[in-house]
Amino acid sequence: MTALAFAPWLAVATPFAVTVLAAVLGRFLGRGVAWLAMLAPLSLLAVGVSLLTSPRTGHAVTVPWLLQGTTRVTVGVLGDGLAALMLVVVGVVALMVMLFSVGYMAGDDGYTRYFALLALFTTAMSGLVLSADLVVLLGAWELVGACSYLLIGFWYRRPSAAAAALKAFLVTHVGDAGMLLGIALLWSRTRDVSLDGLRSAAASLPPGVTTAIALLLLLGAIGKSAQFPLHFWLPDAMEGPTPVSALIHAATMVAAGVFLVARLQPLFQASPTASGVVLAVGAFTALMAATIAVAQSDIKKVLAYSTISQLGFMFAALGAGAWQAAMFHLVTHAAFKALLFLGAGSVIHGTGTQELSEMGGLARKMPVTAVTWLVGALALAGIPPLAGFWSKDAVIASVLRGSPLAGVALLLASMLTAFYITRATRLAFFGAYRGGGHPHEGGWVMAVPLGVLALGAVFLGAAGKPIEHLLLGTPEPIETGVAAIAVVLALVGAGLAWRRYASGPVGDELAGGRVWDALKSGYAFDAAVMRAVVAPVLALAGVSYERADRDAIDAAAEGVGRGARGLGALLARLQSGDAQWYGALIGAGVVLLAAAALWAGR
Amino acid sequence: MSASPITLLCTVLFGLGVYGTLARRDLVAVLACVEVMLGAASVQLVAFAHAAKVIGSGQAFALVLLVLAAAEACVGLGLVLATVKRAGTQRVDELTEVRG
Repeated sequence: MTALAFAPWLAVATPFAVTVLAAVLGRFLGRGVAWLAMLAPLSLLAVGVSLLTSPRTGHAVTVPWLLQGTTRVTVGVLGDGLAALMLVVVGVVALMVMLFSVGYMAGDDGYTRYFALLALFTTAMSGLVLSADLVVLLGAWELVGACSYLLIGFWYRRPSAAAAALKAFLVTHVGDAGMLLGIALLWSRTRDVSLDGLRSAAASLPPGVTTAIALLLLLGAIGKSAQFPLHFWLPDAMEGPTPVSALIHAATMVAAGVFLVARLQPLFQASPTASGVVLAVGAFTALMAATIAVAQSDIKKVLAYSTISQLGFMFAALGAGAWQAAMFHLVTHAAFKALLFLGAGSVIHGTGTQELSEMGGLARKMPVTAVTWLVGALALAGIPPLAGFWSKDAVIASVLRGSPLAGVALLLASMLTAFYITRATRLAFFGAYRGGGHPHEGGWVMAVPLGVLALGAVFLGAAGKPIEHLLLGTPEPIETGVAAIAVVLALVGAGLAWRRYASGPVGDELAGGRVWDALKSGYAFDAAVMRAVVAPVLALAGVSYERADRDAIDAAAEGVGRGARGLGALLARLQSGDAQWYGALIGAGVVLLAAAALWAGR
Repeated sequence: MSASPITLLCTVLFGLGVYGTLARRDLVAVLACVEVMLGAASVQLVAFAHAAKVIGSGQAFALVLLVLAAAEACVGLGLVLATVKRAGTQRVDELTEVRG
C-alpha cells in the first residue's frame, strides 16, 4: 500500500480512465457500468489510505508547465494529510452513493451517463484536493462545478431541473470570478501560485494585498460552499437525483470551499480582517439557514438548508482559526449528511414524494431507513456520543473563544438544528401514514450504504484526535461546559419539535402567518435577487438589444444593404434590354474613340 | 486620299445601313440594313481595287463577301424565324428579355 503514497496522481488518473471507459463501453456493459464506475472512488480510497498510513513529507511533487522567460508555472500533486483525509472522505461517500444509486437509478434511461458523470466528479474532486498549486486547483474546481451542473440538470427534460442547474452554475461562478481575480492578483505580486509559495507570500506581502487576495479567494469558497450571500443556489440544486445531492451537494463538493480555506490557512492567518469575514459569514449563515430549514415542507429542502447551516459552522471555525476543528466537522458531517440524504432518497424511492406532509409512519414500513435516518438525525442534532456531538463541540468551543457573539449564534443554530431535524423525523417516520402509496425498502444495495454511513455517523466522533494529529494541530480537550450547554439546547429544541409535531404537520398550519412565510421562502432572498440583480440585467439586455443591436448595428447593416440595392436599381435602368439602344451606344462609343484617336494623332 | 464620288456613295450607303440597323423596329428590316452595310463595303473594295490598278484581289474579296452575305442572310433569317416562333414577335423593341 505504501507504494501508492508515492504516486498520488494515480488517484486522478485512475478515475479519469474509469470515466472514459464507462462513457465508451457503457452501452455494451448495460447495468454493469455501475460496478466499473465504482473503481473510481476505490482508487481514491486506496491512495488516501496509503497516504494516511505512510510517512508524509508535506512537499509537493511538481513538474514545470508554462515556461515564459524566467517565470514559470508548475503543476503538481500535494499528498499531505489534508489531501489524504479528503480523499478518504470523498472515496467512501462516493462509493456508498454509487452503490445506493444502483438501486435508486435502476430503470433510468441515463444510467450510463449518470455513472460516467459520477466517475468524472470523483476525478475532479481528487484533482481538487491533491493539487499543489492554485491553477490546477481552479481547473479541478471548475470541473467539479461542471459535474455539479450536469448532475443537477440530469433530468434535463424537466424545465425546473434545467433552470436549477443554470442557477447553480451562474451563482457559483460569481464566486469563481472572484477566485480567478485573487489568483491573478497573487500571480501579479509573487509570480508564484503554488501552495508552497503561498506561505512565504503571506509573510512578505503588504497586509492590504494579503487581505485582498484572501477575500477574493474566499469569494470562490463562499460560492462553492453556498454561504451567504451566495447560498441560494443549493436548495434549487435538489432538483438533481437524491444520491447526487448526497455526494455533491452535501458531503464533498460544497465542502470544497471549507477545504480551500483550510488549504489557504497561512493566508488567512496573516490577515485578521479576512478571518473576521470568514467568521462573520459562517456564523450568520449557520443561524440564518437553520431558521429557514425549520419551515421547509420538502424533505430535501430541509436537508439542503441544513447543509448550508452546517457549512456555516465549518466556516465559523475556519474564521476562528480552528481549521482542524472545521475539517473534523467536515468529515463527520460528510458521513451523517450523506446518510440523511441517502435516507431521504430511500424514502422518496419508497413513497414517491418529497413532501413531508405526505409521509408519516414510515418507521414501521421502512425500518432500515428509519433506524439509519435516526442515527443520522441524532448525529446532526449533536446528541452524544454520536459523531456530530464531538465535532460540533470542537467548532463551537473554538468559535466561542474567538468571538462570544458568533459562538452564541452557533449555539442558537444548533438548537434550531435539533428542532428542524426532529420535526422532519417526526413528520416522516412517526405518526400515521398520510400518503397514498405503498412505502417499501429499496433492497440491499440501498440498505448497505445506509448501514456503512450510519456506522460512520456513530463512530467518527472518535476520529477527532487522529484528525487533529494528522493535520499537525494540537488536540483540543473537550470543553464540558460548552458541550453541556449545547446538548441541553439540542434536547430542548428536539423536545419542542417532538411535541409540536406530535399530530402530523398541524404544527405548520398553526404557525402560519407572515413570519412563517418569510422563513419558508428563505427570507424571500430569491425574490430579492430577482429584483436587485436579475431584473436590472434583463432590463439592460433589453435596452442594449433595442438601442444598440436593433437600432444601431442592425440598422447600419440593413442600411448598407438598402443603399446598395437602391444604387443597383438606378444603374439597372441603363440596361433596357433593347439591343438597338446598345448598338447605338456602341456606335457612339466608336465615333468618340475614333474622334479622340484622330484628335490625338494630329 | 481624296474622297472620290464612289467613296462618297459608299459612305452614304454605309451610314444608311447603320441608321436602319439601329432605328428600324422590324427584325427583317434590320437584317436587310445589315446587308446594305455589307454591300457598301463590297462596293468600296472594288472601287479601291480599281483605283489602285490592282486586278484580282479586290474583286475576289468582293465575291467572297457576296457569298458570306448570302450565308449570313441564311443564318440571320433562320434566327429571325426562331425568334418569332419563340417570342411571338418580330419587333426589336419588344425583345427586352435581358433588361436588368
